[in-house]
Amino acid sequence: MPLSAERAIDRVECTHCGLDVPIALRVEGSAEAFCCAACRTVHAAIHAGGLEAFYRLRADDERRQAVVSGRSYLPFDEPAFHARHVTEAADGTRRARLYLEGVHCGACVWLVERLPQVLDGVCVARLDLRRQVVELAWRPERVALSRIAATLDGLGYPAHPWAEERRDALRRHEQRTQLIRIGVAGACAGNAMLIAFALYGGALEGMDPLYRSFFRGLSAGLTLVALLWPGRVFLRGALSSVRTGVLHMDLPVAIALTAGTAWGIANTVRGVGEVYFESMTAVIFLLLVGRWVQSRQQRTAQDAVSLLFSLTPATALRRAADGADEEVAVESLAIGDRVRVRAGDEVPVDGVLVDGASDLDLSLLTGESAPIAVAVGDAVHAGTRNLSAPIVVEARATGARTRAGQLMQQVERFARERPPLVRLADRVAHNFVIVVIALALATAAMWWPVGADTAIERAITLLIVTCPCALGLATPLALLAAIGRAAERGILIKGGEVLERLSRPGRLWIDKTGTLTRGELRLTDWRGDAELGPLIVALEREVRHPVARALVAHFGDAHGAPAAVERSHAEPGCGVEGLVDGRSVRIGHPQWVGERSSAPRWARRMTAAIEGRARSPIWVAVDGRVRGVASMGDTLRPEAHDALGRLRRLGWEISILSGDRRAVVDAIARDLDVGVERAQSEATPEEKVAQVRRSGSARARRPIFGRDRSIVMVGDGVNDAAALAAADVGVAVHGGAPASLSAADVFLRREGLEPLIELVAGSRRVVDVIRRNVGISIGYNVVAGTLAIAGLIDPMIAAILMPFSSLTVVACSYRSRTFGEER
Amino acid sequence: MSALFIVLPLALLVAAAAVAAFVWATRRGQFDDLETPAVRVLHDDVD
Repeated sequence: MPLSAERAIDRVECTHCGLDVPIALRVEGSAEAFCCAACRTVHAAIHAGGLEAFYRLRADDERRQAVVSGRSYLPFDEPAFHARHVTEAADGTRRARLYLEGVHCGACVWLVERLPQVLDGVCVARLDLRRQVVELAWRPERVALSRIAATLDGLGYPAHPWAEERRDALRRHEQRTQLIRIGVAGACAGNAMLIAFALYGGALEGMDPLYRSFFRGLSAGLTLVALLWPGRVFLRGALSSVRTGVLHMDLPVAIALTAGTAWGIANTVRGVGEVYFESMTAVIFLLLVGRWVQSRQQRTAQDAVSLLFSLTPATALRRAADGADEEVAVESLAIGDRVRVRAGDEVPVDGVLVDGASDLDLSLLTGESAPIAVAVGDAVHAGTRNLSAPIVVEARATGARTRAGQLMQQVERFARERPPLVRLADRVAHNFVIVVIALALATAAMWWPVGADTAIERAITLLIVTCPCALGLATPLALLAAIGRAAERGILIKGGEVLERLSRPGRLWIDKTGTLTRGELRLTDWRGDAELGPLIVALEREVRHPVARALVAHFGDAHGAPAAVERSHAEPGCGVEGLVDGRSVRIGHPQWVGERSSAPRWARRMTAAIEGRARSPIWVAVDGRVRGVASMGDTLRPEAHDALGRLRRLGWEISILSGDRRAVVDAIARDLDVGVERAQSEATPEEKVAQVRRSGSARARRPIFGRDRSIVMVGDGVNDAAALAAADVGVAVHGGAPASLSAADVFLRREGLEPLIELVAGSRRVVDVIRRNVGISIGYNVVAGTLAIAGLIDPMIAAILMPFSSLTVVACSYRSRTFGEER
Repeated sequence: MSALFIVLPLALLVAAAAVAAFVWATRRGQFDDLETPAVRVLHDDVD
């Protein structure tokens, strides 16, 4: 194809990130080109700091488009902020931790840690790559924290306060304690095993009783250390299990360990019978490893959550009595304040527009896909975005009292109320405890006629060999492996139970704007002269309105000489007009363009047809004549139809839940074969919650392997946040509002519906892996338990079976492909 | 063979020393961040 060949030659790479540079942003004769303003800013900042080595350090596959918030970090200097997040060291420096967006590779570590060279007054900057947290120390008399944060922002790492300071310290302590326990238990187990080999040899070939007692005595010592230091957690767990009456895996473990150790020591002293010291130390070690894996998985999940609650306080421009604007934290705004909202900014308060006129993007608050024109006297809401011109808003409600704020409070409430899932492993554990203890008693009773010694030994052997090492590893390992793999694929999962819930197909509510559709205006249809392209691009390039962006995106690649704009004027809510190459051009709403231009009959007919399909028509007039008509709409994602089909085949019932107008939603439902009766339109956030809760009212919690259906909500906006929190599983999609992120259990970082399918299919595979793991470990316990009851087991067989079953489970968890490309 | 009575406890003492070293390192936070130092060392000579 000649066209694509031509494009390949034409391709210009962004100097910073390597993405294609759109034609509109190319500069003739310049060695540098940038795909976006953020990349340009970051590139300039890196040069200004003399940090070009960054580009050498970075591997090609680590290039990413830059993110720069360009926000003011002034709230970082306020005393309230310092009281919460900043500590003062003895040498007069201040210390704080900031979470950095955009940190992802080794070169980022280098760049961030060069901060002391770039900014005078910064003493230390140390980055933790995995958690994306930088530890800063600086001299307050030489540099302000806001300046440091702004510099990091300029380098492409927008900074947020790390809200988890205190819990962090606790957690670090907990993590270290766990690691020490594992180390000690591992050393004891290894040495006990070495000594056991000598004992096995002695059992086969004969051994002087003196040496036998010596070896047994030493391993008894090792076991005592393992039991009383790292093994204490099980004893404590068993005690609380007895006290609270909740059967817990720790109970049989503690009984087996104490009884086994006591019996082994007695046998050692008496010089008779068998000892199981090596198996018991191995049990302690393996169970601790299982526990560590589980808490690691929970930590990853907690990090994801706490991060979302630590988003930076936003600022607003308050208009003072003398008419000047001052930048203040949004929290300090009061009712009656006048706030200036620039084009592109988010409205910070609920209020009334008192000056200016513009278009607002309501999509995140209401789900409405088309921008709304507002003028003086209109009500505006926090959480909407001002698109075309600056406006002044008088606040009527602020903070938690705004509509968006109330929604967020609901989100928190639902998140608290969500009933906990009885996890597969817990259900198994409950029954396991009862069965094992009953079997041990039965074994003792059965062998009692043969002799008290034999009976007690058999019962204790049973308890030791059925210690649930593999069972303790079965679930956490599978979940940790899956969550890690999912994260690599751009699917962030906040906890293991989410996967268990998602494995049970039920009803899936899906938001329309931004989820099924792209969430942005696109040109869906065009009729007019081809030569208009350069004129349109020239005029609309500088306009920030979504219609302008859609037009530039469509015509940006058009061929032809670029046109020169002599003058232009944007009329908020109407369109833009200007003089391009000596011709007067008007682009905008048909009524406004029609005021000064004549429209041919085909244009009027097409306009009526576009409106009939619930899309927005745009007229392009040149020299007083309408020469082109464009249809603007939020278009369906190309993969949406297929994706819903595959979800249905996986057993999910699909319904659409949207805040957009009926005509738009119904048209999309028809396109997707969802059925208009399953598509709810014009739903307020409260109605969305009600719908989700109603469908979940049949939710039952059954004790064992319950097959109850899950209610899942997929969405992206503030209007979805409460519904996300109310559902069994809330899934936030790429590009969503921060509010929806904090309410969701899963965040899909990749665009489109593909990751949603991967998530659902992957969850099912994870639960299969868990079931298989549980099956393996129970199977092992049945075999080992039977042998123990029959008296056919000896310490060597027990010592071989124990790690073998655990290794099988480990191998199964890491070999199985849960997330990734479909095979 | 009677050497075992001395050598074996000695071996366990060595193991105990290793465990003590591990505990010391863990308490000092040597295992808190296992990813970044591996990356950082690659850049030591760039400045």
